[in-house]
Amino acid sequence: MNKATLLAVSIVSGLALTTAAEARDQIRVVGSSTVYPFTTAVAEQFGKSSGGKTPVVESTGTGGGMKIFCEGVGVDKADATNASRRIKKSEFELCDKNGVKDIIELMVGYDGLTLAHSKEGAKIALTRKQVFQALAEKVPNDKGELVDNPYKNWSDIDPSLPNIKIEVLGPPPTSGTRDSFHELFMEKGAEGFDTLKDMKKKDEEAKTKDFEKVWKSMRKDGAYVEAGENDNVIVQKLAGNKNAFGIFGFSFLEENADKLVGVSIEGAEPTFENISAGKYKGARPLFVYFKKAHIGVIPGLDKFIAEYTSEKALGAEGYLTEKGLVALPKDAFEKSAKAANDGMTLKADELK
Amino acid sequence: MTDITAGGVSAPLRRVEFDTPAAKARLRGRYRSEARFKSYGIIALCIAATFLIALLASIFSRGIPGFFQHYLVTEVLVDAAKIDPQGKGDAATLRAGDYTAVARAALAEAVPGVEGRQMKKELNSLLSSGAGDALREQVIANPSLVGQRIKVPLLLADEADLFLKDSGTKLLVLSETRGIATPSAKTGEITILVGANDFADDIAVVKAELKALAASIDETVALRKERGATPESLDSLVKEAVELRRRYDAAATSETLDSKTASRLVAINGGIVKIKEMSPTSVKGEVILPLKSTDDAAPGTWGIRVYETPESNRNLNDLGVTFLEELKAKGLVESQFNFAFFTRGDSREAELAGIQGALVGSILTLLVTIGLCLPIGVLAAIYLEEFAPKNWITELIEININNLAAVPSIVFGLLGLAVFLNFFGMPRSAPLVGGLVLALLVLPTIIIASRAALKSVPPSIREAALGVGASKQQAVFHHVLPLAMPGIMTGTIIGMAHALGETAPLLMIGMVAFIVDVPSTLSQSATVLPVQIFLWSDLPEPAFKMKTAAAIMVLLAVLFVMNGLAIWLRKKFERRW
Repeated sequence: MNKATLLAVSIVSGLALTTAAEARDQIRVVGSSTVYPFTTAVAEQFGKSSGGKTPVVESTGTGGGMKIFCEGVGVDKADATNASRRIKKSEFELCDKNGVKDIIELMVGYDGLTLAHSKEGAKIALTRKQVFQALAEKVPNDKGELVDNPYKNWSDIDPSLPNIKIEVLGPPPTSGTRDSFHELFMEKGAEGFDTLKDMKKKDEEAKTKDFEKVWKSMRKDGAYVEAGENDNVIVQKLAGNKNAFGIFGFSFLEENADKLVGVSIEGAEPTFENISAGKYKGARPLFVYFKKAHIGVIPGLDKFIAEYTSEKALGAEGYLTEKGLVALPKDAFEKSAKAANDGMTLKADELK
Repeated sequence: MTDITAGGVSAPLRRVEFDTPAAKARLRGRYRSEARFKSYGIIALCIAATFLIALLASIFSRGIPGFFQHYLVTEVLVDAAKIDPQGKGDAATLRAGDYTAVARAALAEAVPGVEGRQMKKELNSLLSSGAGDALREQVIANPSLVGQRIKVPLLLADEADLFLKDSGTKLLVLSETRGIATPSAKTGEITILVGANDFADDIAVVKAELKALAASIDETVALRKERGATPESLDSLVKEAVELRRRYDAAATSETLDSKTASRLVAINGGIVKIKEMSPTSVKGEVILPLKSTDDAAPGTWGIRVYETPESNRNLNDLGVTFLEELKAKGLVESQFNFAFFTRGDSREAELAGIQGALVGSILTLLVTIGLCLPIGVLAAIYLEEFAPKNWITELIEININNLAAVPSIVFGLLGLAVFLNFFGMPRSAPLVGGLVLALLVLPTIIIASRAALKSVPPSIREAALGVGASKQQAVFHHVLPLAMPGIMTGTIIGMAHALGETAPLLMIGMVAFIVDVPSTLSQSATVLPVQIFLWSDLPEPAFKMKTAAAIMVLLAVLFVMNGLAIWLRKKFERRW
């Protein structure tokens, strides 16, 4: 018993010691699981070349990361956050309220959101409108009225599409990938219908959210299968079912190029070149946000930004492209890198 | 017990008939029912065993290769110019040396004559970006190695390793004797002339492949036409099939090879040429490994190699495969046990990623958990079981403890975030906080198990102790507790095993993170085994799948050891009354 008490006492005293504020010599990054594979690669390189401690990169999701990032300024607060979308105005205001006034924004590149299927299946090309028709819970019929999705097979949507059952595996609503899928494919697809466009206009006037409800609702009759947060699971399932399609990030398509092919969207196949040039419509920009106030306080933060924005990391031939990041075009990369290194901060009116 | 009651009870007199047909039928029915029940039990057990075996087999078959790693074992010149050009010889200089360049130079030596930027890049990509790390440690430990040639294993990159592990393509060496072959040059784009119609058969094989490709496209087109596809949408496919057919039908004069058909290479005069175009009497191609001479190659001294999987269906291209095959043929590639897996922290390169960081993180976290849980849990159990008055307050506490044991673990994570991080301001991602949260999680389990253990000590022990004049505290601590200890230990270890497998509560307090440095104190950033498994399973590189399975095996091993310890403790201290 005595030993156990001793142990407990020592732990409690250890606890008391650590609660005292201490200087931090390790950079802390939080945020999106989509940017995680890239920031971790930079962190590792930075740790190797600087000889200091390797930054800690947490995978909390974009929204969760923003919350932690905006908690305030100080050694016990995170230095940077990964985001698979731009910071929202509301988040910027939250940051501002908590004293995080100067935020440096770095656009690191693109993540292509791809629809893909097994190499053994028939190759197909889709438009975002067709994707919306295949997967939305309610779609407009010939008369423009919203009805429950009647399409069973791809050929029901358009006779040129193969006559196979619509079966798409994708992420659950908790995933950031799912949010992007809604915004990049479903919203844009829905805008292809005149009736829904009218609805959008009406929404803006009346401040209602009817249109949003349409493109944010996925069908629940089995055509869309929520296959879990883990993209590897979807990849595995596609390899076993040649008629199914999967939704996941471009890096997973690239790593599994021996088994899978991407579906071309509006005539552009999901390739590095097409995404980088903006031809492939299903791509989203990725960001990392830094706290300017932490530069000079947390050792190495400025060098970490420099490593992230270096040609060997973010450039067209950089090591991040090997990890599946789609690099920015050269001039955009240079602009973004310069802005981050110069410590240019975000203004509220740039955001929406 | 049973024989006492059987002897002691005098049953009322009643004649029981055992040999009427009805009684016999009842008896048979009872036996049948028992046999049925037994068989249900056996079936259930078999199903459970099948699932378990399938699960373990799938994990082990994927995980075991993860413990091995392919290395290029070759002579390395520890070049002073690359490591220590000024000859300072101090540790800082030696640490900063360019060991990657040293490793690459050794690779270039092993595969001599590779020219051109693209080819060199392909060759270098076979080596891991951490290939020089082991060498660096060796040189720092022994600075006299600078300038010497030593034999060291250089780590291969994950793609090369994966290719060697599941042999990504079938390599065919066509050995039928052909005539004399004459290459036009030693490097670059060359033509190889042969006398007779030596390549006629090969062209026929390529044509057959083209025909098969065309047929599969036709099938797709027919299927889609049948289902009402518009002709325009099929245009490109039809064109592709027509083109393939045209190539098939054309006279066997010349044929281009691309990434859709099997790759063919010519091994001649010590070099290797990738065929781009072949006609019956000559081939045109690109030299991958340079030829030693442009002399005529006699029949039997040269041959054709075929990589059966088309290049577009592989992760490693023809250049990579050729270089690897060359290294393998020279006997320089070795598969070794991957000790680094147990001595390194996490990494984004699959071949460099190790489990030690997570393992140490798990141990530190569990130390905090057990240090808090065991005394608090056991003392709470003793008070509630032995000392507490039985009233509604203790009843309420009891109910709450039982309820807490069933609360989802994520709730404890939220609690940890609110209390330990936000209120007490403890560091994020620290094993200390992780341990505290997990302690809250397993405390109810330990209290319940400890109370059950205390309850199972026969009252006669307590009464005897009290009877000879011991105080209640003495009776409990000298007599009851030692007897209850095996049960308490078992409960604690099972609670710890539960804590070892938790990820959800740790997400909230920042332990789901990429952490390279192996932690050494309770307040340093750390992650734990199940979180590491979760993070690796989510990465796109195929090599991480193997690492994931290997990490699961490590976690299982730790769990088995802990449960084995529980059984051993129980057996060792168990008392029977």
